[in-house]
Amino acid sequence: MSDLQDLYQELIIDHSKRPRNFGSMNDANRTADGFNPLCGDKLKLFLKIEDGVIRDVKFIGAGCAISTASASVMTDMLKGQTIEQAASLFETFHYMITGPKDPQHVGSGLGKLAVFAGVSEFPARVKCATLAWHTMRNAISGKTEAASTEQVK
Amino acid sequence: MTAHPATLDIERTIGLDPEALRRDFPVLHQEVHGKPLVYLDNAATTQKPRSVIDALVRYYEHDNANVHRGIHELSQRATNDYEDARTVVQAFLGAAESEEIIYTRGTTESINLVTASWGRANVGAGDEVLISAMEHHSNIVPWQILCEEKGAQLKIVPINDDGEFLLDEYERLLSDRTRIVAVNHVSNALGSVNPVREIVKLAHERGALVLIDGAQAVAHMKVDVRSLDCDFYAFSSHKIFGPTGIGILYGKRAILEAMPPCESGGDMIKHVTFEKTIYNDLPYKFEAGTPNIADAIALGAALRYVNNVGLEAIGAYEEDLLAYATERLAAFEGVRLIGTAKHKASVQSFNLDSIHPHDLGTVLDREGIAVRAGHHCAQPVMDRFGVTATVRASFAFYNTRAEVDRLVETLHKAREIFA
Ligand SMILES: Cc1ncc(COP(=O)(O)O)c(C=O)c1O
Repeated sequence: MSDLQDLYQELIIDHSKRPRNFGSMNDANRTADGFNPLCGDKLKLFLKIEDGVIRDVKFIGAGCAISTASASVMTDMLKGQTIEQAASLFETFHYMITGPKDPQHVGSGLGKLAVFAGVSEFPARVKCATLAWHTMRNAISGKTEAASTEQVK
Repeated sequence: MTAHPATLDIERTIGLDPEALRRDFPVLHQEVHGKPLVYLDNAATTQKPRSVIDALVRYYEHDNANVHRGIHELSQRATNDYEDARTVVQAFLGAAESEEIIYTRGTTESINLVTASWGRANVGAGDEVLISAMEHHSNIVPWQILCEEKGAQLKIVPINDDGEFLLDEYERLLSDRTRIVAVNHVSNALGSVNPVREIVKLAHERGALVLIDGAQAVAHMKVDVRSLDCDFYAFSSHKIFGPTGIGILYGKRAILEAMPPCESGGDMIKHVTFEKTIYNDLPYKFEAGTPNIADAIALGAALRYVNNVGLEAIGAYEEDLLAYATERLAAFEGVRLIGTAKHKASVQSFNLDSIHPHDLGTVLDREGIAVRAGHHCAQPVMDRFGVTATVRASFAFYNTRAEVDRLVETLHKAREIFA
């Protein structure tokens, strides 16, 4: 049985209370909205991408501790990454949370993102953790409709 | 856990023993995440007593057949039980005739039947439809669609900060253009019990009909549609200890008879030629196709169960339990109660500090406590109170003060995590 401490790790609580990169951005060249219709959580993501590199990224929105911390940690990690690196981070993150369990590899190569590994034991909260990431993927691929946690995959 | 002598007093005076009744509900006797289950999500759906589960099994093991069309024994039995359940519903609601009881899939379909059939035929451009600010989405959206289609206006009766329906505002909003008023009897997000008797009286004075969404009412209080004089009354079986997939629309005979059918096909017709079809009588005119036979029969079993426990005893017991829960939550530092109407039933919504309801819901779940965390399909209510969501504890007669204590104790744990 997994513990609440696995889900609400210190770093997650910290980022949820003091989200990094929180605010809007006037000179963003990519933005996207994310929405979780089940709980009403909303998120807006701003990206400044130059020569295929994410120079700056910010977000605004209201959500639970998991979704806020996930957006905060994500924005921290994305700065300076290329679009390809961002896409591969998405895949790694998504796999960690929704893929089959592999104790050997949990958290490896994920840096700070590893604190979200515990989310996979809380199926009701997976969408909270992935909302920011889906929104980011929409933003870089130039999709205009809001990323919704309820899209049929 | 402390003993509460008051609980015993209540049992003595009203004769409802929750511990004995809990034995009738198999699902309650399990551990969730290693803790005894505390089920406080009854407004979402209620648990099923053994007698309801048995009715389903018995039907499929002994009687399964199609209704109204067989000359053989099983079809006869299925038809008898299916129609028998209808008379149980009729008596339960105090309706004059069983033809006024229409089986639907649930409250949502009942409301949609009224908007699609009665609404299309009776609401026109410039007409007005009144709903309240505390409706479930299923009593908002069908009216929105109807009004948009017809060029009619949807008007909203406001509520106050306690979540109470404002009767004087309602009176002001009623006009000669008001065709129908649709309100919930009990609000699922706030627990407010609405003054439906007065609402009906005032509407009728202006020549408007009234639909009451009773989804959250029937399991907690005696409803008598004739004494209320409402024109339509809707509820869902699954919120009154019956199965999902079945619900009821009550309508006054004269109104139902004048309404065009909604869906068409088998069972709803008397005679079909390629030139003309004669529709069947009530209630079959509104029950096209093979109905949900097993679940209708099990709904009958659920209502019989409720009748045996007694709605008076249920109401008194739950009133005491809700008062206790409200008092304990209100005394908890950092709790904001949402929905503090004077007259309430079985629901308490709240938030704790700035902890998101989903996070609180997860902490409670890990302690085996099931609550709803979200907007409760009532986003306009959330907007009215300036929140995106709440945690909602909703009670049934099988809940106890000891369970309320566990809920409150777990709030301490949540505060530690998110401190
Ligand atoms: C007040 C109210 N109305 C309508 C509904 C819809 O009921 P159903 O989903 O069973 O159709 C609900 C259910 O949550 C409710 O609480």
